[in-house]
This record gives sequence, C-alpha cells and structure tokens, in this order.
Amino acid sequence: MKTPPIIDQTQPDPIDRERRKALGCIAGWAGAAVVWSVAGGVPRALGATDSGVKLTAANAFTFVQISDTHIGFHKEANPDVAASLRRAIADINALEHKPALVVHTGDVSHLSKSEEFGQARELLQEIRVERVHTVPGEHDALDEGLGGYLKVFDHDGRQRAWYSFDQGGVHFIGLSNVLNFKLGTMTSLGDEQLAWLKRDLGNVSHSTPIVVLGHIPMWTVYAPWGWGTADADAALALLKPFGSVTVLNGHVHQILQKVEGNIALHTARSLAYPLPTPGQEGIGEPGPVKVPAGELGKLLGTRQLTVVRGQHALALIDTPIER
Amino acid sequence: MKFLPLLLGSTLFVAMAAHAAAGLPASAAAHQNVAIQKFAFAPKEITIAAGTTLVWINHDETPHTIIASDGSFVSKAMDTDDRYEHTFATAGDYTYFCTLHPYMTGTIHVRAAAAGR
Repeated sequence: MKTPPIIDQTQPDPIDRERRKALGCIAGWAGAAVVWSVAGGVPRALGATDSGVKLTAANAFTFVQISDTHIGFHKEANPDVAASLRRAIADINALEHKPALVVHTGDVSHLSKSEEFGQARELLQEIRVERVHTVPGEHDALDEGLGGYLKVFDHDGRQRAWYSFDQGGVHFIGLSNVLNFKLGTMTSLGDEQLAWLKRDLGNVSHSTPIVVLGHIPMWTVYAPWGWGTADADAALALLKPFGSVTVLNGHVHQILQKVEGNIALHTARSLAYPLPTPGQEGIGEPGPVKVPAGELGKLLGTRQLTVVRGQHALALIDTPIER
Repeated sequence: MKFLPLLLGSTLFVAMAAHAAAGLPASAAAHQNVAIQKFAFAPKEITIAAGTTLVWINHDETPHTIIASDGSFVSKAMDTDDRYEHTFATAGDYTYFCTLHPYMTGTIHVRAAAAGR
C-alpha cells in the first residue's frame, strides 16, 4: 500500500495514484470553487457541475478555483465552514470534465492557527484532483507571519509564499500580497517579489497563457476598505506583453472582474460567508454578512476555468454550492 | 441631592490623579477602554495620563490587530471579545493601526501624569 501524504480515500482507482502525487503539493484553498479551463491559451471559467457550458475540445485544460474557506470561523454568518467546503468538494469531484488542478486563492484559515491549517489540509485532501495549489490570505499570516501557513502549504520547499509552475501549457504564478500592510495604505507585493516575478517571466514566451493567483485583488476595487494592491500596476506592467493573462483573486467574497487589454482580473466567491458589495449602502464596513437560512449557499461557490484553444480569455463558470 | 454623583465623580478623579502623582505602579493607575467595532477604533483619538493602561476590546466578528506605527506595541490577532492591553508609561503621541485593515487607525496622546513631576 502506497500512502502518499495526500490521499483520495473515496475512489481508489489507478488514476488516483497520480492524483496523490500531485496532491502532495497541496498548498491549500478555501472558499468558492471555480473551474477554469485553458484551451489554446485562453482561460475560460466553467461552473462546477454546470451543464450549461459544454467543452468542445476533449483535451481542453480545465481547473478549479476556490477561495476564502476561513477554516476555524464559526460565527453566525456561517457556523459550519467545513460543511460548506465539503459541499464544494462534492461539486468538484462530480465535475464531468475532470479538472487538472485546483487553486485556492487564500484565507485558507480564519486565525492562522495550526489546527486550522491542519483541518484545511485534511479537507482539501478529499478533492479528487492531481494538485491543490494555495496562496496565502491575510488571515493566514496572523501573529507569526506566514510561518504557520508554510508549515502546511509550502509549495516548493523554499519557505516562501510565491512560486510558479507550468501545467497544461499554462504558466501559473502564485503571489503573496498579505504581509506588507502599512498604516493607511493598501497592501503590496513588495520589491523582492516583483523582482522575482520579473525574473520568472523572463523565461516564459509571450504566447504562453499566464494565470496569476493572489489573495487581495490586484486592482483597486475599493480603497477605503483596503480592497486593492498598492503596487499591482508594477506587476501588471510585467504581464502586459503576454497574449493571455488571467489574474485570479479572492478576499472580497464576491465575483467581480476587470479587463485591461489582454489581462483579465477576476475575484471569486468565498466558501465561508458573504461580504458586502464595495461601499454597500447601510453597511459601513467589510464584515461578514448574515443572510437567512437557505440563502447562504447561494452566495458561496466555486469557479471552473477552461483554456480554450484559439481564444485569449479563459472560459469561466461560477457555480454556487446551493442551486 | 442632584449634585451628588457629580461630586463623587470629581472626588474619584482627584484621587486617581493623586495616585498617579505619587508615582504608584501603573497597575494602580487608570484603565481606559477603546472599543473596536464596525472596523473602527472608538474613540479614534484619546488623551490619557502617563501610566494609564489602555484596553482594546474587539466587538467585531472579524479579527483585528493593534500595532504602533513605531512598533512600540503590537498585539496578537484578536478574535471576537478578545482584549489587548498596553500601559503607556512615557508621554508622547502614538499612532497605531490594524495590520489586517490598515485603514483602521487611531491616535493616543499620552501626557505627563502630574505637573509636579
């Protein structure tokens, strides 16, 4: 019996052995699941278990985004975030077009506690997918910085929260924008990470589709709530020469998007609780929004993305966990 | 009878000032609370005597932190109802913010406890 570190115990078929290898690289994800596909260089999003969109290319490269699982949160807005994640996992595992990987765009945990990271890792192991890649959210960087997070979700053993890898013809880049908080300003990536990004992109051809993962939106969604990244423009400038760039963010617990030339930026739903829309009337702060029972699942969800050959944009399908 | 509460309050204030002037340990000096609610510090700006202990209490469902701009005091993450306290021994002006929500800012003016010192 091989017992790799991350195992799909529910369906021990031969494919799972490969999946297990990939799952060993789990970095963590929390929140909504979104499936992204890349076909011919352009990511498109497909909703988990969504039958509305058919993939035409049998070999289309598909992946899923989830975000903001906040494992450890147990307040009125969602007393059972683990159950919400499990529903998302069931959706992902039921996808007709199996995703090649899952990405989690941060806030895996709620309070950066080791038991929260441990529980998150166990839950993520239930996803029947080759790999789960995470980037940290600010909730994963409390008290001891990213030390606790990296104990469980170190992507490449380098003890840093940014990395890149290639899969399905796509160059994936994971970034961290959750450490450089300064009084009265939005967060930032920082010069060290930007320098790394420049070097990393130097090895990538401009025709390669790029998918960037980062927790806090890489455009200014709403500055009074800190919903933006102060030096995002420097990163986007480095990405500008590439024909297909898809930036996947979390943090705001809702679907928002912006397109700038060849760069498409998307935020995803959470799998924990909704947040208000930016500056929502009657709500002065970005705290958890309580909704009537039965409504919560409609506001949490996953995203499926497909890279479609010959198209610049990925196909995206956002699917709530309650339909 | 109507003036009695006011009188008592004044007496208490004088007594506290006297303690501070006598150089009693900080623990015997005043405690004052700062509420954290709706992603804001209340009061946002506060003036206290040196030796006063400020107690922050988080009333939000979201965790917050306290960090001085000059790094002189730093809290751990505070979940709902968690508290953090810090005693300000030295006169000066201190700005602080929440590292999770850097637009949450506050200012503390610490004044010398008594004129005689």
